Amino acid sequence: MRSVPATARAYILGAVLCAAACLLPLFGQRTTVGWSAVALLAALYAGCELPPRCRHLRKALPISAASFFPVLLTAAFLLPAPAAMLVAVPGSLLGRVERAPAGPRRIWRAAQLALATWSAASTHTLLGGARTLSEPDFPHALAPAAAAAVVFCLVLTLLEAGILATAERQPAGVAWRGLVLHSLVPHLVHGLAGLMMAVLWTSPYGPVSALLVLLPMYISCWLFAQYHRERTAHQATIRALVQAVDLKDRYTRGHSERVGRASVLIARELEMDEERIEIIRFAGILHDVGKLGVPTRILRKDGPLTPEERRVIQLHPEYGHEIVRGIGFLGEARGAILHHHERMDGTGYPCGLAGERIPEFARVVAVADAFDAMTSTRSYSRARPVPVALAELERCAGAHFDPRMVKALVKALDRHGWETEVTSTEANCTEIAPGESAAASPPDVRGIPPQPVRVADRTPGGPA
Amino acid sequence: MREGDEPYPPLRGAVPAPRTAARPDSALSTAVLALVHTAAALLVCAALSVTLWHGLHEPAYALAFGALVAIGETVRWGAAPREREPAPLGAAGALAYALLGECGGRPTTHGVLQVVAVVFAGTLAGAVPQLARGQRTALDHVARRVLSVAFAAVCFQPLYNSGALQEWGKGAPYALFLMVLMALTALCDAVLAALVLRVRSGFPYGPLLREELRALPGIGSAVCATGAVIALAVAVAGLWALPVFCAPLLLAQLSFRRYEAIRTTYRQTIASLARSTEIAGYTPPGHARRVAELSCAVGREMGLTGNRLTVLEYAALMHDIGQLSLVDPVPGGATAPLPADRQRRIALLGGAVVRQTGVPAEVAVVVERQADPYRDQPLPARIVRAVNAYDDLTGGDPAHAPGALERLRAGTGRDYHPGVIEALAKVLSRRTAPAAPAAPAAQGPREPLGDETGPAAPATEAHPG
Repeated sequence: MRSVPATARAYILGAVLCAAACLLPLFGQRTTVGWSAVALLAALYAGCELPPRCRHLRKALPISAASFFPVLLTAAFLLPAPAAMLVAVPGSLLGRVERAPAGPRRIWRAAQLALATWSAASTHTLLGGARTLSEPDFPHALAPAAAAAVVFCLVLTLLEAGILATAERQPAGVAWRGLVLHSLVPHLVHGLAGLMMAVLWTSPYGPVSALLVLLPMYISCWLFAQYHRERTAHQATIRALVQAVDLKDRYTRGHSERVGRASVLIARELEMDEERIEIIRFAGILHDVGKLGVPTRILRKDGPLTPEERRVIQLHPEYGHEIVRGIGFLGEARGAILHHHERMDGTGYPCGLAGERIPEFARVVAVADAFDAMTSTRSYSRARPVPVALAELERCAGAHFDPRMVKALVKALDRHGWETEVTSTEANCTEIAPGESAAASPPDVRGIPPQPVRVADRTPGGPA
Repeated sequence: MREGDEPYPPLRGAVPAPRTAARPDSALSTAVLALVHTAAALLVCAALSVTLWHGLHEPAYALAFGALVAIGETVRWGAAPREREPAPLGAAGALAYALLGECGGRPTTHGVLQVVAVVFAGTLAGAVPQLARGQRTALDHVARRVLSVAFAAVCFQPLYNSGALQEWGKGAPYALFLMVLMALTALCDAVLAALVLRVRSGFPYGPLLREELRALPGIGSAVCATGAVIALAVAVAGLWALPVFCAPLLLAQLSFRRYEAIRTTYRQTIASLARSTEIAGYTPPGHARRVAELSCAVGREMGLTGNRLTVLEYAALMHDIGQLSLVDPVPGGATAPLPADRQRRIALLGGAVVRQTGVPAEVAVVVERQADPYRDQPLPARIVRAVNAYDDLTGGDPAHAPGALERLRAGTGRDYHPGVIEALAKVLSRRTAPAAPAAPAAQGPREPLGDETGPAAPATEAHPG
């Protein structure tokens, strides 16, 4: 169990006190509160939050907590602010928490959602939203609802950035900007759904019809969760492609991941947009996938290669291109895989392209590949220190490498540094049935113990 | 950029097997399709002529809903052809118009025929891009939409217009009634969709219907719920509700697209992984693809659906992946003639690789058990084993099929499941009987896996050993 830092405790306590203060008007004066609506909405929200706690239901309904914000926004539209914030409390106290200190997290979540709902409800009331709802008055009902949704989103993300800063020591400004950018549009859609629920709730058709609104929201959240699951599976499959190469050529373990990482560093320095950076990461990871097509005997050969064998190894970019040909999303990365052994003076392979005719991604991957080859131990050479490798790259810039890419790598390493040894979290899965492959072949012909597995356990720029 | 997008299209839901012109029940199924089309056409003709004769009731509402349907049909965001519900917004708009009772508190008077006419006009306007590209399935889609909307309208409009519904009261019972109606319409639509798919693909009706029904809780229920919500919201708040209340469904559609896109990519990556054994010279070119395609056809023939079909497809694609761990390729890449223990070891090696990919664990189990005697195997492994042996024996050439089948039948005592072999024979006879002319017509916009003569071949030729 992780301990909660004192600052975070103080922060949570502050939020709870704020929320309690917002509740006071409820006791002070006689306000007309539809308590049945409060109870119904609170029960609805709690009912939505409960299923993920049960293991069987969680498997069937993999959804995140944010799926049911429309219920909170409906409360914000329908009820006075102090009553609306109550709706969030039972659900957040009962709901599932992802990580260890469950108690503080639940309390924090309840306070956070209550405050966000209170602000949204206050905004809605201030802008005169209640009048537009009782007799649905359509274009005019939209502005207060949208404003309330935006305020809900802002308060939620501000509080979240605060807890990230106090508990996880992340820079608050950066965290907040990231959170807002990602969540503003979804919250506006939640706001529309909430408005729809509120309109139907007060209509003659009653709360039953309002429930129907939750279904599309729920479905999209479910699809979103499925999307993430498939995406994770897909990334595992890409890794499996790389690890299939490791089955044949054990000396390149971790090389692919590191080339991916170095390519991303260069691409960041060149200020490519995020989408291309993601692609170039795959280009780096997959650049040697064509080694699958090279006979294992040649890859594992001890000693110098004959010209014939060299020619066969030089076919690997073409094999690689052939293997990934069918993967549509790789786009530019396919060119990088085909051309990563081209040289700027046109003496490379397979096509002998020169200068700018070599695809940009291929020039990036070529530099990253050479850099990692020099800084890691191979069968034919020991690892060189990073400065020596960079000096070598700079010497070859122009004739072999694109000077722009070399410069970018030097700059990026200046800024971020380079770890050649990263302790692996995936060591167990890189060991594929070692006994089995040894049974089919003479065991490890070169008699060198395999290198420590170097898999980056967190790639910069990788998906969170 | 586009060239690489399609070589491995999804097999499920998009398998365009040759039309079954030679099977005894095919005349019946073609007649059923003709019946569906004729019914839709007659209905539309009647609706259009009556509506034109009498003029539109509440033209503003008709125009608004017609426009919503047309826009919803156009906004497909790259839906795959033959997708279950390519235009959720169009469907929801059409259903909402069929179930529209009041608008902004005033009762409406449009009847069933006007609903059909408006929805048809909207759907047709939205389907023009598809029809212009020559996609024959677009017509199926229009027919299905018209018939299911007509079903909803027939259930609702006469009741409402006669005033019987209002006697029940306006409140919650009315909303509940709409929900029940939506569920019935969804059922009716699933039955129709499976029927059309049955005729187009030649797969048994039962599993297709089961698959359609199983898919209902997905985007289908979002469509139905949105349809009902729009109908109710328009009744309360007037036409302004239309643009506002479509937003959640658009979000659902967007999520669905992203999900489908990542699934396609995932499948392509698995296919690439599978093909690596071919490029490495361990297996003959096109082997994995042929085995996967034929296994899926046999699986469908045996009534597999949904996830079980996906497991079968992935396992069939990757069944030879264990050979990557061998230093020297097996002669000819064919594992079927190898001694049993060698086969089993390769299968185990394959399972180890498959476990690292993100596919479900069942796939690894199928790959591991593919060399076991059939009595110890799960059904997908039985199918993969038989189809793999068939492809090893024929090398993908249908001319060798009879001899290969005979040899497989000889092995049904221990190695091959007799039921699987019979299903395989059925699928094969269906493919060879109606020769070339029927096949391309039924394939529609997508090429099946088996038709791609891969440029994989030259790359492997350059390979020594």
